[in-house]
Amino acid sequence: MNNPSSTIDLVRASLVRRKRKERVLRGLGLSAICFAFLMLATLIVSLVTSGYSAFVQTHITLDVYVDPDEIRESRLPRGGFDDALTASLGTYLADVDLSDRATTKVIEKIFSNGAQFSLRDLVVAEPSLIGQTIELTVPVSDPYDQLHKGNIDRNTPEENRRLNDLQIGYFTQLVEAELITKPLNWGLITNADSRFPELAGLKGALVGSAWALLVCFLISFPLGIGAAIYLEEFAPKNRFSNLIEVNINNLAAVPSVVFGLLALSVFIGWFGLPRSAPLVGGLTLALMTMPTIIIATRAALKSVPPSIREAALGLGASPQQTVFGHVLPLAMPGILTGTIIGLAQALGETAPLLLIGMNAFITSAPDGPLSSATALPTQIFIWADSPERGFASRTSAAILVLLGFLVTMNAIAIFLRSKFERKW
Amino acid sequence: MQTAATPIDNSPGAASSSTATKIKAQNVDVFYGDMQALYDVSVDIPDRMVTAFIGPSGCGKSTFLRCINRMNDTIATCRVTGDITLDGADIYDPNIDPVQLRARVGMVFQKPNPFPKSIFDNVAYGPRIHGLARDRAELDEIVEKALRRAALWDEVKDRLNTPGTGLSGGQQQRLCIARAIATRPEVLLMDEPCSALDPIATAQIEELIQDLSSRFSVVIVTHSMQQAARVSQRTAFFHLGNLVEFGNTDDIFTRPSDSRTEAYITGRIG
Repeated sequence: MNNPSSTIDLVRASLVRRKRKERVLRGLGLSAICFAFLMLATLIVSLVTSGYSAFVQTHITLDVYVDPDEIRESRLPRGGFDDALTASLGTYLADVDLSDRATTKVIEKIFSNGAQFSLRDLVVAEPSLIGQTIELTVPVSDPYDQLHKGNIDRNTPEENRRLNDLQIGYFTQLVEAELITKPLNWGLITNADSRFPELAGLKGALVGSAWALLVCFLISFPLGIGAAIYLEEFAPKNRFSNLIEVNINNLAAVPSVVFGLLALSVFIGWFGLPRSAPLVGGLTLALMTMPTIIIATRAALKSVPPSIREAALGLGASPQQTVFGHVLPLAMPGILTGTIIGLAQALGETAPLLLIGMNAFITSAPDGPLSSATALPTQIFIWADSPERGFASRTSAAILVLLGFLVTMNAIAIFLRSKFERKW
Repeated sequence: MQTAATPIDNSPGAASSSTATKIKAQNVDVFYGDMQALYDVSVDIPDRMVTAFIGPSGCGKSTFLRCINRMNDTIATCRVTGDITLDGADIYDPNIDPVQLRARVGMVFQKPNPFPKSIFDNVAYGPRIHGLARDRAELDEIVEKALRRAALWDEVKDRLNTPGTGLSGGQQQRLCIARAIATRPEVLLMDEPCSALDPIATAQIEELIQDLSSRFSVVIVTHSMQQAARVSQRTAFFHLGNLVEFGNTDDIFTRPSDSRTEAYITGRIG
């Protein structure tokens, strides 16, 4: 057919088909993104709903009479601090007989186990407090904390409830006397781990993670960049360097638990480094982060236009001057982005740390890279395993803290990328 | 390690030896892996003149240019045989450091490639790495002189600290020329320096090339035969990796001895 309009007709006919395909593709892409966001929102909402209560902590504020009969200056730091607390609390409650052992046992349990130590530390620091009445704010124990946060239903039959009517009655009196407050839970980040959920905090894990990440950064950053520069700029391109390249890419894909086993046998077994130490954790994480940094650095170096290398070499710069004076500075944003993403990955890594013992129960923050510590993800692992109700919300809170750090690190990476992005 | 370089006298009065050979190439073959890119090229490039390399795309003229300052060393598969001498010294001698050679043989590339640094730092980079200036005042002087010779000084003197990448295309290319001549090279290689520029910028660069040839030996690769005719005294015509004809520019354009040269010049091949 020699119809002059045949081409345009054919195009028009196919145009409908092409546009439909495009619509389908767009729709699929959009729904994939919606699905991803839905999952993310579900995660965040579930974490926040279960974790938000851990960001506040029920405290009790009361006047404590530091009874010289119970606490004697000559016996410090020993003394009946718990009895002094119980006696003081008794004065706020109606119908209690403090000489009755059963009653005092009940009252005593309202305080967190750490309350007597808070009082002790105050008195030891200033012995002149003995004989005086001081105002003291201490956490209440976990069951009362949960009660105050509304996690214990008062309509549950008494035998199935963690607190009986008598205990709830006492606590209600304290609430009515306005002794109970629910301030922000700074203890979550200023306390180390504890058996008692109301006292447990993330300080040990935060400091441990910080040390481990510092060690990881100090080792993987220079080594990774050095390896990448050598491979990209200086190594001859032959079978051997191809083999190295393939192996580095494979190394990035090795399951992290394998690195943990390696670290266990090499760093702890052979080198005799201490168990549970952030130094070992950092070394292990460095092994895992290095391939990521090498790959990111090589990509960043590759993306520097060859014209810059030619310009420098053409002026008589040595290859080393060319790399360090021109190529590396231009690749730096890409390298930093890759490094931060690698470190964020390392921050969230759990399995290798479990194998080197960073999931131990440690009640004080580490004072150096060689003292025992936990890390954020392993702390989450420990808390998730604990039966106390208070730990459930603290687990979610700890995950939120970890996510907060990850989001911050990724935000820094994005910031660096956009700040230093260059147009050629 | 000092090579047997004769120091170049840059004073205007010393132009008597203008036909002296600066670079002598003999039987140069270049291979990229198994592929041969240049066949048996022999050419004498005179001092203080402009020599133009012309020829169709892929004829090997840029490859040959890059042999002169050993930029081909950066390509792993590239192999050069034959002799190229600069002032009588073999530049492929194992004792010759390519870094040192490139300080004597400057290069300007096809696409302007200023460093993403300030205008001043761009020009000062060469003198800095080679230690040509003893102090800041001397460096300032070198930079100003180079920018003046590149006919860029008046346009940038008030913004030496702004990035070189912010200049226009023609200005960037003149900045690259200033950068190349700031190290006081003896030879300036230019690989299609005007191909990315508009006619006005091209005219400025061509004027500059003429001016520079009173001090250096200038070798320019160009696609434009008019440009070769305008700026050069000697012309070499390359075709399919062979040096077809080499001689005075006037002769090449008016009385080519080879039929291929004539065909190219009259536009029948290319």
